[in-house]
Amino acid sequence: MKNNEIIIAGFGGQGLLFSGKVLAYAGLLEGRELSWLPSYGPEMRGGTANCNVILSDRPVGSPIVQHPTILMVMNTPSLDKYESTVVPGGMIFVDSSLIARKVQRQDVTAVYVPATQMAADMNMTGLANMILLGAVIAKTGCVNEAGLADALHKVIPARKADLFDSNMAAIRAGKEYVS
Amino acid sequence: MQEKVLMKGNEAIAEAAILAGCRHYFGYPITPQTEVAAYMAKKMPKIGGTFLQAESEIAAINMVYGAASTGKRAMTSSSSPGIALKCEGISYLAGSDLPALIVNVQRGGPGLGGIQPSQSDYYLATRGPGHGDFHVIVLAPSSVQEMADLTGKAFELAEKYRMPAMLLADGTMGQMMEPVVLPDPVETVPEKTWAVTGTGCAREHRIINSLDLSPVNLERLNLERFKRYEKVEAEEAMWESFLMEDAEICIVSCGITARVSRNAIVAAREKGIRVGMIRPITLWPFPKKALLNAADQVHDFICVELNMGQMAEDVELAIRCRKPVARCNRVGGMIPSPDEVLEAIYKAAGKEAGK
Repeated sequence: MKNNEIIIAGFGGQGLLFSGKVLAYAGLLEGRELSWLPSYGPEMRGGTANCNVILSDRPVGSPIVQHPTILMVMNTPSLDKYESTVVPGGMIFVDSSLIARKVQRQDVTAVYVPATQMAADMNMTGLANMILLGAVIAKTGCVNEAGLADALHKVIPARKADLFDSNMAAIRAGKEYVS
Repeated sequence: MQEKVLMKGNEAIAEAAILAGCRHYFGYPITPQTEVAAYMAKKMPKIGGTFLQAESEIAAINMVYGAASTGKRAMTSSSSPGIALKCEGISYLAGSDLPALIVNVQRGGPGLGGIQPSQSDYYLATRGPGHGDFHVIVLAPSSVQEMADLTGKAFELAEKYRMPAMLLADGTMGQMMEPVVLPDPVETVPEKTWAVTGTGCAREHRIINSLDLSPVNLERLNLERFKRYEKVEAEEAMWESFLMEDAEICIVSCGITARVSRNAIVAAREKGIRVGMIRPITLWPFPKKALLNAADQVHDFICVELNMGQMAEDVELAIRCRKPVARCNRVGGMIPSPDEVLEAIYKAAGKEAGK
């Protein structure tokens, strides 16, 4: 399994920290070393939000991702901010319903998923994050797909257990879109 | 042994405190440590404990004083500006020789400052947070695992030496999640020979008080207390050595900056620079001996901190200024990148950056 440093960024309320947690729990269940670091404070409430996830075979030093191998973005300011930081050969996943422009870098792989539009079409409003995450996992293999259901059970609080199926369906939709 | 779980640093502190037998939490919300209070609010009522959101930080620390007087494990948590408010109460705890845990998840200052991570309360914590001559034990975790482990340790040390202990973390450590194996629960908190629990008309009164109007007595109490501090300094210093065996440069850093430094050290080693790190885990007592020993081995020290060089002074004192101590600082909520630390390493190694 490759070591990956991941930035997930967009507006507060899009479920970006949640997406990061799914990756973190999947990593935990795989017995990997990992860290999950959110932005915090007022920016969480409607401003830009991001989280840094590191999945590694070695103990994690700094939890702050400077040069992501994977960037997942759900608004234009986040693409503007982080595009230049991605390592050469890295991958950028763009919610193309929300971000009109293309990735400018030639030395990275850009993947465009109209996640927000797909969520609306499939009656899954609010799950664009999971659709895009499904694409990330399918394309990068950053975590094993086999462990995803268990990870999701860990992240979804018991009182919201009924949301499990729709979250899994969203992940599948993202995966199918890019396969 | 418990299973490995994923937790935020702040949550790990709260759960570890409960596992250590703490049943009395008093606090007042402030970013970036509010998860400690939120966790306690959820959990304490279910296990017969007390969660109380006080009307202010000052009230909360005085509630800790009351609970600690009865010999129970009690704690409060806050972030920098809130800790400043608690200092009067911490001094009273120290003056009454009461054990208690104070958690400080630091943010940028001074004043209200910001809400992003900082280590700028180093002086405040290590010089005695409050008026009068005293110390508190200061523990500086550098991982979520240590947040959990040092919480229990803080209670143990505080009770062993009858003094307050402070867990000194920062916003990053509080907010980040990492895998953690929680400690086993403490079944019984040790009985205290000094606790005020009611005499039942069967024993002598016990008095918890920090007031003594007789200078002779008060001096005696202070001297007795400092005898205890000497013992703490001699026996309880904790640190971690990282790649120090053949090091010619020694980084000194704690908490989040120690983690950033670790990346820089690994990168520098790949370029053939022999650099290591001594990471203080206790900031008071400061690991003076480990540093003094290192002074015979390395030609330069670099202190990496989220303040303007507060710990660097302790390093200079510990090594008796035998070797230069360079500063690598960011403040105000900014965190140095591994490249910035690497730059400082190059400088100490007498090399141009990137060569």
